[in-house]
Amino acid sequence: MKQPLVLLSALLLAACGSGPQPKAESDVALPAAHVDPATAGSISGRILFKGDAPAMPVIDMSSNPQCERQHHTPQKAETVIVNSNGTLKNVFVWIKSGLAPARWTPPSTPARLDQHGCVYEPHVQGIMEGQDLDIVNSDPVNHNVHAECEKNAPWNESQPPRAEHKFKKFSTEEVMFPVTCSVHPWMRAYIGVSSHPFFAVTGDDGAFTLKGVPPGTYTIEAVHEKYGRKEGTLTVAPSGTANIEFTYGS
Amino acid sequence: MEVNRYHPGLHHWSILLAFCTLLLVVAGGLVTSRDAGLSVPDWPLSYGKLMPPMEGGVLYEHGHRMVATTVGLFTIVSMVWLFRVEKRRWMRWLGVIALLAVIAQGVLGGLTVLYLLPWWISSSHACLAQLFFSTTVAMAIFTSRWWLDGADTVQEDPQFPIRGLSLAAPLCVLGQLALGAAARHKAIGTIYHICGAPIVTGVVLWVSLRILLHYAHSRELRVGALTLVGITFSQVFLGIAAYMSRIAYADAVQPMPVMVAFTVLHVAVGALTMAGSVALAILVRRNLTPNAREFSTARIAALS
Repeated sequence: MKQPLVLLSALLLAACGSGPQPKAESDVALPAAHVDPATAGSISGRILFKGDAPAMPVIDMSSNPQCERQHHTPQKAETVIVNSNGTLKNVFVWIKSGLAPARWTPPSTPARLDQHGCVYEPHVQGIMEGQDLDIVNSDPVNHNVHAECEKNAPWNESQPPRAEHKFKKFSTEEVMFPVTCSVHPWMRAYIGVSSHPFFAVTGDDGAFTLKGVPPGTYTIEAVHEKYGRKEGTLTVAPSGTANIEFTYGS
Repeated sequence: MEVNRYHPGLHHWSILLAFCTLLLVVAGGLVTSRDAGLSVPDWPLSYGKLMPPMEGGVLYEHGHRMVATTVGLFTIVSMVWLFRVEKRRWMRWLGVIALLAVIAQGVLGGLTVLYLLPWWISSSHACLAQLFFSTTVAMAIFTSRWWLDGADTVQEDPQFPIRGLSLAAPLCVLGQLALGAAARHKAIGTIYHICGAPIVTGVVLWVSLRILLHYAHSRELRVGALTLVGITFSQVFLGIAAYMSRIAYADAVQPMPVMVAFTVLHVAVGALTMAGSVALAILVRRNLTPNAREFSTARIAALS
């Protein structure tokens, strides 16, 4: 009688625990990455936007007045932000392929994700595998932080006001996944996890620069939360600068 | 043989349980539609407490847990009551099944939170909710004076059999609810649920029209069939409205009230459709006596 129960429990546990697994040891055994500063080049470019910029809706924070009180002007969604120079903000750009297999050391400085005014700051960011993500709640309200990863193990934890910082790491490259708060359903940030340091997120000028890139031919990918992915190929000459532009449109 | 007496208290309690279960279905629908399923990351407590601050999504998720706890307690009372006064053994077993279902439902609800809403747990939770609601409606029917007084039965017309066919409606509705739950929890596209709608509506119409055309002299069957048709058409309308509101607000950064209202109503009326089809099947099997034997005998006589 006990056997079927044990079997059923084992099956349930196996099914529930069949999520992403930690990185295999063979990946950790890769040679340490080395870039010769004498030949390292860079990649720069812009993300252009063609067409009319969509109007972003105002976030309705009335369900939580403490959130609403923190904004003097109505807070708009950050899904699509077209800069005044016709470029697109919050696009994650990275070297998708072309780098020699190597183990890159993550920076010792943590990346930071702040919950401020019941929105995430920054809205989009990159982080390296193994780098700490410092999660802060600067709000007077409770938040829950749900990393909706698919390749990394997802998690969902609460963070009360003035609680201790949370530090999280991601062990697998994943570009990119949302971080959400179910207490405040408008809150949404995006994180791109890269195995190397060659990534950037476009800002108010829609431009990006990846510095210290070893010479070689690379596939560059731009990822936007609404408009999706675009790829391009380029070659970085020794000590050279390669340029690339991507164009999105509504 | 002991005769079962009508217990008005038990019957009214069963109606209350069914009503609270419908509220629970609405509360559960609100949790999903408001994207609040993970606003309370722990279970069975909420933020380690019995009563967390009810802000934002917590209001919906913890509110759902509170209604669920109430329904669970009501179900325990129902079962105890049934064991104390009910003479029908199968009815006492129905009370046990209801209690086991509500416990399983609570565990599924907890697991889906702890495992971050895997579609198969969330969908099972949604389907079991509908089955549990139908069970409570059936309990309310079985404890009623009307049921205990017995029915004025009529014979099933062998040319238009309905006893077996009446079971097709709740089975199809359950299948459609499962497709809806799977679509809602992003396991499949909404198109499967949309494609299922005309099939289910067709089966419900087939059953109802057969009753209305051939058994309309039974007032109970006639009212039951008309009610189910009314609920089903309301459900189709709400489904279209829910889908259109989702398209209209596809780019919204947060759940919009119109979309939430239509979707939750669609979930609630889905539960009523399921319970209505179950109730009609119960009515059919109660009010129509099978006459397959007579039919066979008549055929044999005709053939010989």
